[in-house]
Amino acid sequence: MTVTTEQELAEAVKGATGPLHICGGGTRDIGNPVVGDVLSTAGLNGISLYEPGALTIVAQAGTPVADIEAALEAENQRLAFEPMDHRTLLGTTGKPTIGGIVATNASGPRRISVGACRDHLLGVRFVDGAGTTIKNGGRVMKNVTGYDLVKLMAGSYGTLGVLSEVSLKVLPRAETQATLCIFGLDETTAADAMSAALGSPYEVSGAAWDVDRTMHLRLEGFENSVNYRVGKLADLIKSYGEVQIVDDPTASERIWVAIRNVDALAGKDVVVRMSIQPSALSEMHFATRNMFVPYENGPTFDIMTDWGGGLVWIGADANQLVDCAKVVDGEPSAELGGQVLVEYLQSQCAFSGGHATLIKGPGALRNAVPVFQPENPTVNMLSKGLRNKFDPRGIMNAGLMG
Amino acid sequence: MQMPTPNQNVLSRKAQIVERLQGVLRDGAVIHSESEVRAYECDALTAYKCPPLCAVLPTSTEEVAAVLKVCHEMGVPVVPRGSGTSLAGGALPTADCVILGVARLNSVLETNYDDRYIRVQSGRTNLSVTGAVEAMDFFYAPDPSSQLACAIAGNVAMNSGGAHCLKYGVTTNNLMGVKMVLMDGTITEIGGAHLDAAGLDLLGLICGSEGQLGVVTEATLRILRKPEGARPVLMAFNDNEVAGACVADIIKAGVLPVAIEFMDRLCIETTENYAKAGYPDCEALLIVEVEGAPEEIDEQLALIKDIALKHDPVELREAQDEEEAARIWLGRKSAFGAIGQISDYMCLDGTIPVSSLPMVLRRIGELSDEFGLKVGNVFHAGDGNMHPLICYDANKPGDLELCEAMGAEILKLCVDAGGCLTGEHGVGIEKRDLMTHQYAQQDLDIQMAVKDVFDPEWLLNPAKVFPLDSSASRRIAAE
Repeated sequence: MTVTTEQELAEAVKGATGPLHICGGGTRDIGNPVVGDVLSTAGLNGISLYEPGALTIVAQAGTPVADIEAALEAENQRLAFEPMDHRTLLGTTGKPTIGGIVATNASGPRRISVGACRDHLLGVRFVDGAGTTIKNGGRVMKNVTGYDLVKLMAGSYGTLGVLSEVSLKVLPRAETQATLCIFGLDETTAADAMSAALGSPYEVSGAAWDVDRTMHLRLEGFENSVNYRVGKLADLIKSYGEVQIVDDPTASERIWVAIRNVDALAGKDVVVRMSIQPSALSEMHFATRNMFVPYENGPTFDIMTDWGGGLVWIGADANQLVDCAKVVDGEPSAELGGQVLVEYLQSQCAFSGGHATLIKGPGALRNAVPVFQPENPTVNMLSKGLRNKFDPRGIMNAGLMG
Repeated sequence: MQMPTPNQNVLSRKAQIVERLQGVLRDGAVIHSESEVRAYECDALTAYKCPPLCAVLPTSTEEVAAVLKVCHEMGVPVVPRGSGTSLAGGALPTADCVILGVARLNSVLETNYDDRYIRVQSGRTNLSVTGAVEAMDFFYAPDPSSQLACAIAGNVAMNSGGAHCLKYGVTTNNLMGVKMVLMDGTITEIGGAHLDAAGLDLLGLICGSEGQLGVVTEATLRILRKPEGARPVLMAFNDNEVAGACVADIIKAGVLPVAIEFMDRLCIETTENYAKAGYPDCEALLIVEVEGAPEEIDEQLALIKDIALKHDPVELREAQDEEEAARIWLGRKSAFGAIGQISDYMCLDGTIPVSSLPMVLRRIGELSDEFGLKVGNVFHAGDGNMHPLICYDANKPGDLELCEAMGAEILKLCVDAGGCLTGEHGVGIEKRDLMTHQYAQQDLDIQMAVKDVFDPEWLLNPAKVFPLDSSASRRIAAE
């Protein structure tokens, strides 16, 4: 089913006789597999309002991200939260939509300095599970009128309702950027160096440690200001290793597009995303490596981090998964290894705070494990309660979030 | 302002309720004598007063849980209270309620500079959070005007903002986790020292829920390293609309000042008489502040001044030193106090799209003439958050009602211009009955359904946020 107006959308939901599988551009196939009639928002297309002087854009949920980015670029503005494009990592095709970004709260490296998608989302219109059209928030930057369902809808993966329109805060594009790199750092040193950089007054807008053990720090702004801060920051972090400076803005941007989209793990069969306290990184990496080390020669997965160590991506291919499976009884297989890896990472997060989500994996694995971190009983009760209110028939992407 | 009739069944059991509460708290933590409960009869919206049944001052999350459990069992409404600085009546009691004050929960529990967060008990004041990390050159960004007194609990409840949120965001953008107690006494943690939610964003929902979903006892807050420096520039214009256009041009130009503040003639003159900041004689005044190293500030201010010059300013004054910077801010920071010296006033909080600024200011002027009440405008122009101050005479019969009626017209104007009723103060009782102007019934129904999940008996701060007739069936069912 494809709808072209909000009213058609409401009627489609109201008239639904069974579960619905809600999607936008279909590029973010994440979550426990959903069974149901496909309801696509791709036909809800168009920018309804764009006021560069007020830093706001309002668009229908199915509007391609590319259209929005083009409109913003013409006014020298951007979506500052730098939404991840999941196509390379997940091997999907199609056009990412603005609704898909909001529904998954997709946020990139700049999350550490300007916030996530949810922090830039000013208002939503959506159709709940009963087919009722609801609005919340608006198009102004400060709004505390009533409960903030805007945040609740961001990252709810269509399980509370189908977004029909979103309104977002946009920001000026930076005049230029530069990246500072230190090669060959271990996770502990990288975490320390990134903390030092983020704790400095130099407004670091990206701090990542890549699969190849290179640490990257990004600075953005007016040219003189960037030059000044590059010098200061290089001085601050030189004790961690030799600092290389990428001062060509195009080359610098390429680095961050690859980090944003987690290109380095695109070849992996299973990819897990963890959100943790940055200083827990080395501890977590150590514990994870130790669990698997006695059974093979070293870590059996690839790891990269963003958000100064607060966002950890772990990827494993079939061989690495077989190794993971060796820590438990039974025939070592990639399937079993996937389960072991996901459950292990989730238990680590449950222990030290944070959460782990299986972003990429075969359908069988996504059916076998909780894709999203299991919640504590009270939070789970509240989430279930909300789902019952927003979607009394339980038909909206049912089970996607567990 | 209408409030629900107190529940006789609660009033008649006061002695038993007090006794049960005394049983779960330390000596002196239950305030119940008629004279002492008066201290809690209002918040900063002093036009409305009502002494509560009693007030409790717990000292731990466990004690908060014990209080809520007792009130839940006995069917007693609870109104949570931080420092009582709400301008919207968020902590206004009803005669049948227990005021749950978190003032004694004021410790810093943990500071972590590597991961850039601080965990505090929620009764701690906003400014003292920055105070706890200042020595390490860090700060907590949201800075409501009441920051010397207001508590983090209230900041979370109202999703408070401040002058610097154009760059740093409001409370919800700086809140990483909470420990909270549900009405039935269940203690839970949501979020933590990591950056995003695991499942549904309950933290985003709780922030700004005006104490209606749970009582927050601890908060994990993001702290930031202080910038190397900051410098304001003052711009004076002879026309409100020109000043408004200048704001839009600055924003469009790609500079992101940390603050853009606006004052109109009434505020300028009044504060000038009061604080003697040396402001020029003009119709509208902007204070624009940027941050960074001296060279970075020079670069940004040069750009901003270029833009301002195109709008024909009466005066352009860049702070040459700390003292001049402080003087530029002095008038703005004393604006509310200065108006308070000459008149009683009601402070509104509507937000509008920046592009509607000239039209809204013009219309407010017309309303001022129609109602015969003076209005001063002083606000955060960068994000469109207006604070019209309507002057009235509390001793003149009917003047408060006239002021309220005019306030309602201004807030409706904000909504009609594409904005909202409240940008940072919250709905409370003040804007409760205007909610239907911004939201349709189904929009309010789903919000009330959220409260049903967290507080099915509607005991937590029940007479706030939603128009009384909308919430009546839920509140009455609970009795």
